[in-house]
Amino acid sequence: MEVNEMIKPENLVVGRTSVLKECPMHYCPGCTHGVVHKLIAEVVEEMGIQDSTIGVCPVGCSVFMYNYMDVDMAEAAHGRAPAVATAISRLNPDKYVFTYQGDGDMASIGCAEIMHACNRGENIVVIFINNAIYGMTGGQMAPTTLLGQITATTPYGREPKLHGYPLQITELIAQLPGTCYVTRQSADTPAAIRKTKAAIKKAFMNTRRGVGTSYVEVVGTCASGWKLSPENANEWMRQNMFEKYPVGDLKDI
Amino acid sequence: MTEEILIAGFGGQGVLSMGKILAYAGIMKDKEVSWMPSYGPEMRGGTANVTVILSDEKISSPILNKFDTVIVLNQQSMDKFEGAVKPGGCLLYDPNGITIFPTRRDINICRIEATRLAAESGNPKVFNMIVLGAYVAVKGVVETSSVQLALEKSLPERYHKLIPLNMQAFTSGMELVEKEFLVE
Amino acid sequence: MAEVALMKGNEVVAEAAIRYGCDGYFGYPITPQSEIMETLMIRKPWEETGMVVLQAESELASINMVYGGASSGKRVMTSSSSPGISLMQEGLTYMAAAELPCLVVNVMRGGPGLGTIGPSQGDYFQAVKGGGHGDYNLIVLAPASVQEMNDFVGLGFDLAFKYRTPVMMLVDGIVGQMMEKVTLGEFKPRWTKEQIEQNAPWALTGKKTGAPAKYITSCFLDLSQLERVNEHLQAKYKVMKEQEVRFVNNDCDDADIVIVAYGSVARICRKVAQLAREEGIKVGVLRPITLFPFPTVELQRLAAMGKKFISVELSAGQMVEDVRLAVGNDVKFYGRTGGIVPTPEEILEQIKKMV
Repeated sequence: MEVNEMIKPENLVVGRTSVLKECPMHYCPGCTHGVVHKLIAEVVEEMGIQDSTIGVCPVGCSVFMYNYMDVDMAEAAHGRAPAVATAISRLNPDKYVFTYQGDGDMASIGCAEIMHACNRGENIVVIFINNAIYGMTGGQMAPTTLLGQITATTPYGREPKLHGYPLQITELIAQLPGTCYVTRQSADTPAAIRKTKAAIKKAFMNTRRGVGTSYVEVVGTCASGWKLSPENANEWMRQNMFEKYPVGDLKDI
Repeated sequence: MTEEILIAGFGGQGVLSMGKILAYAGIMKDKEVSWMPSYGPEMRGGTANVTVILSDEKISSPILNKFDTVIVLNQQSMDKFEGAVKPGGCLLYDPNGITIFPTRRDINICRIEATRLAAESGNPKVFNMIVLGAYVAVKGVVETSSVQLALEKSLPERYHKLIPLNMQAFTSGMELVEKEFLVE
Repeated sequence: MAEVALMKGNEVVAEAAIRYGCDGYFGYPITPQSEIMETLMIRKPWEETGMVVLQAESELASINMVYGGASSGKRVMTSSSSPGISLMQEGLTYMAAAELPCLVVNVMRGGPGLGTIGPSQGDYFQAVKGGGHGDYNLIVLAPASVQEMNDFVGLGFDLAFKYRTPVMMLVDGIVGQMMEKVTLGEFKPRWTKEQIEQNAPWALTGKKTGAPAKYITSCFLDLSQLERVNEHLQAKYKVMKEQEVRFVNNDCDDADIVIVAYGSVARICRKVAQLAREEGIKVGVLRPITLFPFPTVELQRLAAMGKKFISVELSAGQMVEDVRLAVGNDVKFYGRTGGIVPTPEEILEQIKKMV
C-alpha cells in the first residue's frame, strides 16, 4: 500500500479530536498536561457537549489552555478557579463546568477556594494535575513536593522542619460531604491513560446527575522541573510519587 | 417645618425602632425623613442613639449636634446630650435611673415615667411606645393616626395583632407626660 | 404608582438589585454593610427572579465568583467594606483587564488596617486610582442618599456593561446605615439568553457551531499585544471622562467659596453653606457623583470665576489632590479620620478662616 492510500479518510483508525484546536502546544516534551487536555477534549466530544461546556483554567503552565481547547473558557486568577467556576455553574445550571488546576494553584494559593467549592458540593468537574513542583515559575517547591525532593526552593531537599509536609489534599477533599466522586489517576502508560479518561468521563457524566462535585487528580510528571528525561521522569514518578499519592478511587457515590 | 430629634438610651430599650416608627409616621404625613443611628458593635446594653429628622424640605445633613428635641433615656445620655438641645428646644426624659437632673433654664423640660408605666402594664416591651406617645403629645409633629399607620406599614403582618397593645401604650404616654419646666 | 419605602441605604441596595434584574450576588459578611446580604437572604430572590445569592468563604472568593458570573455575561455584584475591598483588588484588576462588567459596593469604614466600623472616606485613592496593580480605572459612583443608593445600582450595571468595566459604588458608612424615604424602581426581568448574547456578545455562553470558542483572559505575554490592550483601556477611560462625568452644583455660581465634598459629607456641607449664608458668607457645594471620571472641567469653570476652594472629606486628604490637579494648589482641606464625622459648625469655622 502506498502512503497516499494509507492516509485516505476511510483508512483512519485514530484521529485528533475536533475539540482540540489545530495548533501546537507549548508544553515541554514528556509533560502530562497535553495528554490530559486531549482526554478532556475527547470526553467532551464523545458526550456531544462542546456547545455547553465552559472551562476555567489556572495560573501555571496550563494558563493558555484556552488556546488549545475548542470550548468557551475563562482564565482565572491564581488559585481562584473553583470560585470562578462556582458562579458560572450556579448562574448557568445547564452548562458542564470544569476547572483545571495544578498543585501550586489548587493546593497552595487556592486551598480555601477548592475546599469550600467542594464542601458546597458545586456541580462542577475539578481536574487536578499533581506533579509535585511549580513548573511555570521554574521548578520551586509545591505543597505536594515529596520529602527530600530537590526543587529550586528546596535545594537540599524538602525537610519537614523547614518546609512542612507534602499535602495530601485529595484525601482531605474525599472527606467533604459535597463531593460525590474523588479519584486519583496517572498518565504514564496507555492503560493508565485509558483509566484516566474513564474517570474524567465519569466526572462529566456526574454533572448530569447533579449530585455534587466530581474531582479527578492526575499524578503527572514535570520532566523539566525534575531535570529528568521524559522516560526517566515517568520512572521516577512510579518509584516515588505513587507511594505518597496512590492511584485509585477514594470516593464514588 | 423641620424637626430635628435625638433619641438616646441603652441598646435594647427600643431606641432605634422608636426612631423608625417616628420616621415612618413622618412619611405618612408626606414629610422628608432621615434616620441615622450611631452604629456600634454592641448588640445589647451599650449606648444607642438615633437622629431622626422630619421636614417639609429636602434634608441636608443627616448628622447634627444641636437638636430641637432630645429624648434621654439614661444617665449617660443625659450627661452627654442635655447640652445638645437648641435654646428654646425640648428635653424629654425618663427619670428612671437619673441621679443628676437637667439644670438648663433656656429649654423646655418634660418627663415621662415610661419605665415605671411599662413595668406596671406588665409588658416592659412597650416602653418605647410610651416615650413616643409622650413626645407626640409635647411636639405634635405627627398625629396619632400616622403612628398607627406607621406601625401597620413597618411591622410584618404576623406582629399586627400587637398593634392595639402598642397604641394603648402610646396613648398612656400622651396622657401622662409631665411638663416640668417651660421657657416663656 | 411608584412604591415608597423607609429603608436603610444598605437594605435598598439589595432591593434595587433584585428589581433591576441582577443575576447574582456573592459576598462575605463585614460591618457596616452586612445588611445587604442579610436583606437578600431574607428576600429569597431565587424564588422570585432566579437571582443567585451566595455567601462565599472570603472576599477573594466573592470577587472571583463575580469574575465567573460576569464571564458568562450575567449581571453580578458583590459588596464589602474597606478591609474586604482590599482583598478584592486582585479580582478587580483582572476584571478591568479582561473587560468584565460588575458592580462592587464598598461601604467604607475607618482605616488603615482593621480600623473601626465608623464612617470614612479613606478608600478614595484605592477606588479612583485603580486600586490593584497595573494601569486601569474603575467607574466610581458616590451616592449621598438612600435614593441614590437605589438609583446607582441600575446606573452602575448600565455603565458596567456599556464600557465592559467594573463599577464601584463608593459609600461612606453613614449613607449605608441611614434610613430615608426612597422611591423603589419598577421590577425588570433578568436578561434572557438571547438578551445576553445581544448585550454581551463576548460572553461565555457555550461554543456555537461554526464559530470559534470564546475565552476571557487578562494574560497577554506578547509585549506589544499587552501595550495594545492598555491603549484600548486608556481610550475607553478617555471616553468616560468626556461622557460620564456627573456632579451636583449647589449654588456655586454665585458663591465666593466652593466646598468640594462627596457622599454624606456633601450633605453636611449643604448645611454648612446654609449656616454660612445666614451669616452673609456666600458658600456653594460642588458634589462629585462620579469620582472617576472626576468633574475636573466644572471645577476649572468655577476656578475661572475666581472662587476659593476647600475640600472636606472623611480622610486625611485624598480627593483634595484631584481638586488641586484641576484648579491649582491653592485649595484648602479639612478632614476628620478614624470614623469621626465633622459637625456643620466645625466646618463653618474653617470656612470663616477663608474669608
